[in-house]
Order: sequence, then C-alpha cells, then structure tokens
Amino acid sequence: MKLMTSLIGLAALFASGAAMADDGGLFQPKTIMFLIFVIGTLGITYWAAQRTKTAKDFYTAGGGITGFQNGLAIAGDYMSAASFLGITALVYSSGYDGLIYAIGFLVGWPIIMFLMSERLRNLGKFTFADVASFRFQQTPIRVFSAFAGIAIVILYLIAQMVGAGALIQTLFGMSFEVSVVIVGILIIAYVTFGGMLATTWVQIIKAVLLLSGATFMAVGVMYLSNFSFETLFQNAVENHAKGMDIMYVGGLVKDPISAISLGIALMFGTAGLPHILMRFFTVPNAKEARKSVFYATGFIGYFYILTFIIGMGAVAFVLGNPQYFSDGKMIGGNNMPAVHLAHALGGDFFLGFISAVAFATILAVVAGLTLAGASAISHDLYANVINPNATEQNEVRVSRVATVVLGILAIYLGIAFQSQNIAFMVGLAFTIAASTTFPVLIMSMFWKDMTTRGAVIGGTLGLISAVAMVVMGPAVWVKVLGNAEAIVPYSNPALFTVAIAFVGIWLFSKIDNSARAAIERELFEAQFIRSQTGIGAEGASKH
Amino acid sequence: MDQSMVNKIKAMPQFQQLVAERSRLAWTLSAIMLVAYYGFILLIAFKPEVFKIVVMGQYTMLGFPLGVGLILLAFVLTGIYVRKANSDFDELTQQIRDEVKQ
Repeated sequence: MKLMTSLIGLAALFASGAAMADDGGLFQPKTIMFLIFVIGTLGITYWAAQRTKTAKDFYTAGGGITGFQNGLAIAGDYMSAASFLGITALVYSSGYDGLIYAIGFLVGWPIIMFLMSERLRNLGKFTFADVASFRFQQTPIRVFSAFAGIAIVILYLIAQMVGAGALIQTLFGMSFEVSVVIVGILIIAYVTFGGMLATTWVQIIKAVLLLSGATFMAVGVMYLSNFSFETLFQNAVENHAKGMDIMYVGGLVKDPISAISLGIALMFGTAGLPHILMRFFTVPNAKEARKSVFYATGFIGYFYILTFIIGMGAVAFVLGNPQYFSDGKMIGGNNMPAVHLAHALGGDFFLGFISAVAFATILAVVAGLTLAGASAISHDLYANVINPNATEQNEVRVSRVATVVLGILAIYLGIAFQSQNIAFMVGLAFTIAASTTFPVLIMSMFWKDMTTRGAVIGGTLGLISAVAMVVMGPAVWVKVLGNAEAIVPYSNPALFTVAIAFVGIWLFSKIDNSARAAIERELFEAQFIRSQTGIGAEGASKH
Repeated sequence: MDQSMVNKIKAMPQFQQLVAERSRLAWTLSAIMLVAYYGFILLIAFKPEVFKIVVMGQYTMLGFPLGVGLILLAFVLTGIYVRKANSDFDELTQQIRDEVKQ
C-alpha cells in the first residue's frame, strides 16, 4: 500500500511539474501523452513490484519472458533516442552515410544469434559474468567483468542522460536540470520497485510506440512521394545543398582502417553490451533465447530502414520550410529533423506523440542500463566476491541500493557533462565492449585452453588499449582536449584493441601452467556439454 | 555434472551429430554475414564509385538496394538458423536429455 501511495504521489508530482513547464500547460497533446505514459508505466511498476520477490525475479523477471516479448524488449533496449534522432539527423545531413552507419548497428545481431545466444542462456544465470565464471576463478573474473561492465554502462549512461536532458528541454520546455532529475527519479522507481519485470515491460511498450510512430512517419513520407522511392529521392536531391551527393557514399568513411575499425566496434560491441547480454537470462530456455534474437533482428532492421526513409523525408519535406528554422538554423538543434517531420506530417497531435515516444525511449534505455550496472555491483561484486555468504534478501537489498546510487550518479553525471563534448562516449562504450566482454565471453565458450589468467590479463589489455587509443585519437585528443593533432590517427581503434584483447587472452592462457589452469581446461568439457544441451541450466521460476 | 555423465553424453551419437551440425551451420551463416558486411565496407573504402551506378530511374543508385539488402540478409540468416534449430537441433537435444534421464 505504501508503494502504491508513493507511486501515485510521484505521478502527481510530474503532473504539476509538467503543468508548470510550458506556456500551453497541462492540456497540450504532448503533456497529456507524456502523463499517460508516466502513469501507465508507474502502474506497471506497481504490478511488477508485487511479483518481484526473489533475486531471480529482480534480475531476470523470474526467467519467464517469452521469446517474442524479449525480442521486443531487446529492440526497445537497443533503439535509443540517440539512434532514432541521431541516425535520422545523419541521413538528413549526409544522406546515404546514415544508412551505412545504421547497418553497422544491425550486423552484430546475426553473430550474436549464431555464436552466442543459446550458449549464453544455457550457461548464465543473472549476469554475463556468470557465463565466464563457470570454469574460471570467481574473484578475479567477477571483479574484471564488473569493472568492464560498469565502465560501459556509465559511458552509455552519460551519453543517454545528456541527450535526454537536451531533448526534453527542447520538447517540453523544462530546464535541463529538471529534465535530467525527472528521468533519474522515474528509472529509480521502475528498477528498484519493479526490477527486470517492470524494466522489460517499459522496454516492450516503448518499442511498440517507437515502431508504430516511425512506421506512421515513413508511410506519411511515402504517401507524400506517391509511394515511389524515385520521387522521394528526387525531392530530397533537389532540396539538399549537396544535391546528388546525398545518394552515395560521402565523407563518413575516410580511410579503409577507420571503416573496418568502425565496423568491428559496432558489430562486436553489440555482442558485449552488459544490458543487452542480461536480456538473454530473462527467457526460460535456449529456444526462446534464439527466438528473441530473430524477432529483435527483424524489429531493429525494420526500424533502421524506416529511419532512412524518415531522414530522406526530412530532407524532402522539412528542409527549406521556414516554420522549422530561425536564422538559417534548425529550431532545437541538429538532432531535430525527425521531430519537425513529425509535426509536418501529423500536426501538433502527432508531434506530441513523437515527443512522448522520445521520452519513453530514453527511460527504457536508461532503466536497462541502470539494472545492468546494479546487477554487476550486487551479484558479481557483493554476492560473489565481498560477501559470498550473503542471503538472497541481502543481495536484492544491495541491488536496490545500487540502483538508487546509480540513478543519482546518472543525474549528477548528466548535469556535470551537460556542456561537454560527449560525442565520443557511445563509440568508446562500443569499443570497450568489443575489446573486453566480447573476447572474454566468446573465447571462454569456444576455446578449451583459456584460463582465468588469460581472461583477466587479455581483457584488461583490451580495456586499457581501448581507453588509451580513444583518448589519444581525434575524438578526445583534438575535439575535447583541444590539441592540434591526434597521436592516434584513427577515429575508431577497435581493429587494434580487439586484436590486442584476443592475442592477450591467447598468449597468457598458453603460458599459464598453474595447477588451477589445468582444472579450468578440464572443466571445459562439462561447460561445453551444458552450453550445447542446456542440461543443468537455469530454468524459469514457477510463479 | 560429474565426469561419468560427461563421458556418457560425449559418447552419444546424437550429441556428436548435434555439435557437428550446429557448428557447421553457425559458422557458415556467420561467414556469410561477415563476408557480406565487410565486403560492403571494403567496397565503400576502395571502390566507392560502384555506389554511383544508377539502378532505377535517375536517382535510385546501387547503394540503396545494397544497404537494404544487407539488412534483409541479416534477418533472413537469423530466420534460417531458428528454423533449422527449432526442428533438428531441439529434437536431438531432447533425445539426449531423455537418454540421460533414464
């Protein structure tokens, strides 16, 4: 009951906050839709809280999510506001390059499907570190995984929070600080009370809203183009300053090394993101795990095709419309083409819908990240390293505290990085994931001779080289630190750092002749059989 | 899982068939995806003029169907894997599980 009152209080607080925020007040379409979403998701959180009792409920929603639901939730976790607004904006400014970028975000999924999804489900329990620690020494592998995971989560969180603040400020007229605080408080409420079950449903609702909104926009664009790509492209080319250049490869990809490196970071980074990997433990078995990836690939691929159409539509129907520009600049900043196109296509009502969807998108991604970070702290660090005798209640309590701390940290970092150049952060998060968690996981599942020492040293080398090379590269050394020339000339170093991690794991496993290493190699057979057949794997809980 | 169980499962013909078939399919499909995607990236890096070939009307160039095709390929490949896994691999897995239970 106490929970119910506090959730209702929270909803009322946002209603009054939203009412004060804008001159149009409470009765603007976007405010109403925003409130419906907030109240609806808090209702779900209340429902989920009744069903979240054990650690398994908290981390994995009891393992009872179906493959289709999980596919939607994965898509909801992965299609961030940054990718919706960012990729449409990239298509708007550079045309075809936006599609090249979007493809990179998709092609990791088939690889996850073929090489990882079933094995992850069969070996893991709550976090990806469970998979690696099947045969490796608990303490070192858990500490390493938790640190790599938390680093990825925090970088991703900063990017999301800063983007969220700026976006909500533009869409709803609230101040940056208020926007960031609202996002922080809502996700703390979702995750602490509702755990993975509430987080999953927020992601599912968001995915459905985003896919419907984007579909409506793409259909609207095609309708205005008489359902002909030729007409759409012709309008876009005639409208854009770059003319025909928007229809083919532009400046995004400068040299072969950077091109391949970016591809590696996007492809293998996807397979190493902790909040994505965690979703594989929410389904009851390997069959549902692979179905999730199939649906997720379909939804994400469909979404990226839509973003290309929407971006082109913005060139054709927003560019040059004086309503959306002041002093020759787009109102609200460079990331707004999709938002203005929503208004051009569906008026104030649809603009309100898309604004609420953008907000929902941010919440879903931030909630997933926070839960993944909190699990690394409570399950990997607390329950397996600091206090191995912890009861389940203790572990869940620690994860709730960790959620609150991470939520407050996210608010603080969002405000602290408000006016910093953070364009490199998502790229860095993908590069770290591709050079730490991905190589350790894939090698532990496929290579018998790997040992704890190889995993920890190789993974750490991957982490250090990824951070060092990004910091010395053009994105940080030149654009953030203001130096004239970058020490590392490549905008993305994943080609090198992923190789360093794999070679490091191989080398330090090979020269590891300890007694412990022999045991670990022997355990591979049992691990291999479980990963193939699921015998001995975690099932779904029974309620 | 104790050692006798490990040895028992390892010796089963169904298990050997499952492992062999699954890894052949998984690596083949992975290779197709990797070759297609990095082929695309290398084309961008070394032969960007290919993307200027007009395939329809005056404005639709090769890059557009190539990009959309790559997205569809990713989806189709995962579909092939799921189809094969849901029928053959799951049946073999069930046989192994049944035999172990006895």
